[in-house]
Amino acid sequence: MATRATELLAPGPMAPAPFRVTRRRRELPDTWTLELEPVAGERLRVEPGQFTMLYAFGVGEVPISVSGEVRGPLVHTVRAVGAVSQAICSAARGDVLGVRGPFGNAWPVEAAAGSDVVVVAGGIGLAPLRPAVYALLRRRREYGEVALLYGSRTPGDLLFSKELRQLRGRFDLQVDVTVDTADARWQGKVGVVPKLVAGARFDPGSSVALVCGPEIMMHFTARALLDRGIPPERIYLSMERNMRCGLGHCGHCQLGPTLICRDGPIYRYDEMKELMAVREL
Amino acid sequence: METIETILRDVPLFQGLTPEQLELIAGCGSNVHFSEGELLFRDGEEADTFYVLRHGGVALETFVPARGAVTIETIDAGEVVGWSWLFAPYRWHFDARALSLVRATSFDGACLRGKCEADPVLGYALMTRFAQVMIERLQSTRLRLLDVYGYAGN
Amino acid sequence: MERLPDAQTSVIEPEALDGLLEALTGRGFRVVGPTVRDGAIVYEDLESAAELPIGWTDSQDAGTYRLERRDDEARFGYAVGPHSWKQFLLPARIRLWRAKRSDDGFEVEEEPLEDVPLALIGVRACELHGIAIQDRVFLGGSYADRDYAARRKDAFVVAVNCFEPAGTCFCVSMGTGPKAEAGYDLALTEILDGAHRLLVEVGTELGAEILSELPHRAAEPADLEAAGAAVSGAAEKMGRRLDVTDIRDLLARNLENERWDDVATRCLTCGNCTLVCPTCFCLTVEDHTDLTGDQSERTRLWDSCFTLDHSYIHGGSIRPSGRSRYRQWLTHKFGTWHDQFGSSGCVGCGRCIAWCPVGIDVTEELTAIRASEGADHGDD
Repeated sequence: MATRATELLAPGPMAPAPFRVTRRRRELPDTWTLELEPVAGERLRVEPGQFTMLYAFGVGEVPISVSGEVRGPLVHTVRAVGAVSQAICSAARGDVLGVRGPFGNAWPVEAAAGSDVVVVAGGIGLAPLRPAVYALLRRRREYGEVALLYGSRTPGDLLFSKELRQLRGRFDLQVDVTVDTADARWQGKVGVVPKLVAGARFDPGSSVALVCGPEIMMHFTARALLDRGIPPERIYLSMERNMRCGLGHCGHCQLGPTLICRDGPIYRYDEMKELMAVREL
Repeated sequence: METIETILRDVPLFQGLTPEQLELIAGCGSNVHFSEGELLFRDGEEADTFYVLRHGGVALETFVPARGAVTIETIDAGEVVGWSWLFAPYRWHFDARALSLVRATSFDGACLRGKCEADPVLGYALMTRFAQVMIERLQSTRLRLLDVYGYAGN
Repeated sequence: MERLPDAQTSVIEPEALDGLLEALTGRGFRVVGPTVRDGAIVYEDLESAAELPIGWTDSQDAGTYRLERRDDEARFGYAVGPHSWKQFLLPARIRLWRAKRSDDGFEVEEEPLEDVPLALIGVRACELHGIAIQDRVFLGGSYADRDYAARRKDAFVVAVNCFEPAGTCFCVSMGTGPKAEAGYDLALTEILDGAHRLLVEVGTELGAEILSELPHRAAEPADLEAAGAAVSGAAEKMGRRLDVTDIRDLLARNLENERWDDVATRCLTCGNCTLVCPTCFCLTVEDHTDLTGDQSERTRLWDSCFTLDHSYIHGGSIRPSGRSRYRQWLTHKFGTWHDQFGSSGCVGCGRCIAWCPVGIDVTEELTAIRASEGADHGDD
């Protein structure tokens, strides 16, 4: 009779590892940034664009893009929109969350060396692009023009606004910000994000664009970038679907022929264009 | 019998056009109808028509993932639907759905563009009238952006 | 072409099946196989070969499944029922781990893996392919599912070649049957022509070992011929067929075909098809705590792309309409499965056709989509 020993191996990929909240910052009325350190073991090495499955004990887990730099603690910027994200956002310093991952592929920061880079973000889409921006700035000399174009609904919804002001002060970075609707104090641009593309300085024949935000915003931004002459295979988007495992096993993150947790979330626009045009896909 | 020309005479958009101009425009028109829920056109399709609504209303919609079809604006009888026929690449930017039984006159964009090229006076007259429609829609959209009912001060 | 018996191909009497089951339980296997219950042939734990569906067959069509009595004592004279082997390899509900709060936050204790090996009795050729397809999903990627791997690892497979396909079968079109080619320890072909006997082909050493414990004799050319005739007869009696030429591309370019609107008027989005399909694998997880909030556990459950919840993000479902959910299921099964996992997702078992309460027939839907292209297609 064959008996098999119970395995005493390293935890399987569905078991979360405990991470302690070391810093907590409120960004917006409904958005917090948490810095996390592993309770035991090494820090994770997460590439810009990747995500983890973040777990609130007993409540559940959700896929959240990493918003911090490659070197350093694990940083997540989370918007409280449901039970799980709400529980994550209420985690205080010292509380422990669960982490699985990192999963997914990365923004092509290294591959863009030698080109101009246009980073376009809408709303909370700035969070997954933040690590890419800092990765570009760490190797600034490897790139030509670098432009960061960002828009949100109102001035009160601008994410990382203090950091944006600091970045704006650099002489080697274009930073342009707009809002959909203004309040009485706003002195900046009012209009949609794609409109910022026309005014950015870059050589379309030698540029890479990184775009993240709601799907409609990415669609119109891609159109604006194409109008300026950047070919679709040099425009990168971050796509999103419902996710339950992150391992390619649960079947939820399908978008047509692709599994976002495995083949994405970063895709080239030429791969995505036709799929994005199909409703309810 | 009501001809397209007589119908056009009562459309506010075409007030001030000469009978000859109305005749030219009518030559590009035909009467159509749509049942409730039917799509007049779909986002992305070739746009070579505009419609003058004679009866019924139309909703301009756009599709947002996970939200579904969102109505951007509704257009009533007596108004015009569509200006994408004026500008290349002549593609619709929204869906248009009949909210009830709709009777309309549809105008062939290529036909009209041809006549405008041949007769710049007609072309200018039509361009200013359509520009007026677009300005009104833009102004009302900007006004809606202010969210005046919801705004409670910062 | 005449096939000569190889050294291990043998013949057993139907009575030897008792010995087969005993040999397996004696080795500590959990034996599961077909039996009649609630008017269907289902897969359950078997205590003896007497529980097999002796003398039963199934009559199947769109939205129809009936058991009928045969006039012989065939053990495997049916096609497939509402169950597939995935209920044993990918159980509908398992606990993944338990966690309890501690000074370091929480400690996770993963559920011990199943250590009683399975013996699957009566696995059809289409089902062997179904299992291989799920192997690719759960074992063939960057991450292996530890529970699936454990259940799969030592599973003993007794395949059964078909001689009585159902009206809903189309394995020939999908290239998955009726003959079992690989993935088994033993493969049986039941012969009713002449003496009632079963041809036994050996697939593994353990299969050979177990066969050696049963009363058997070497197969003769006449046995091979009879077995071959039974299987080729089955291939000719397929209930349905499907042209799968370039079907991946066909579906990729027909995502807005009118047929989706048509099937949407019939589909109830009940998800029966996903429950009975041997390859459907969608899963979800649920996290629960006890009343103290100090202990929590995560459970893994079967899910279906027909639920609204399946595609929920940002306050809404990506696929709110029945039309989009049916399209997702069918285009995944026959089309995008190729992109994701390198093969078709369908094995032609026909369960979805029989168990659809409104009788939607996937072969009919796909044929209609192909036909709608007709003269138009050819300009690409």
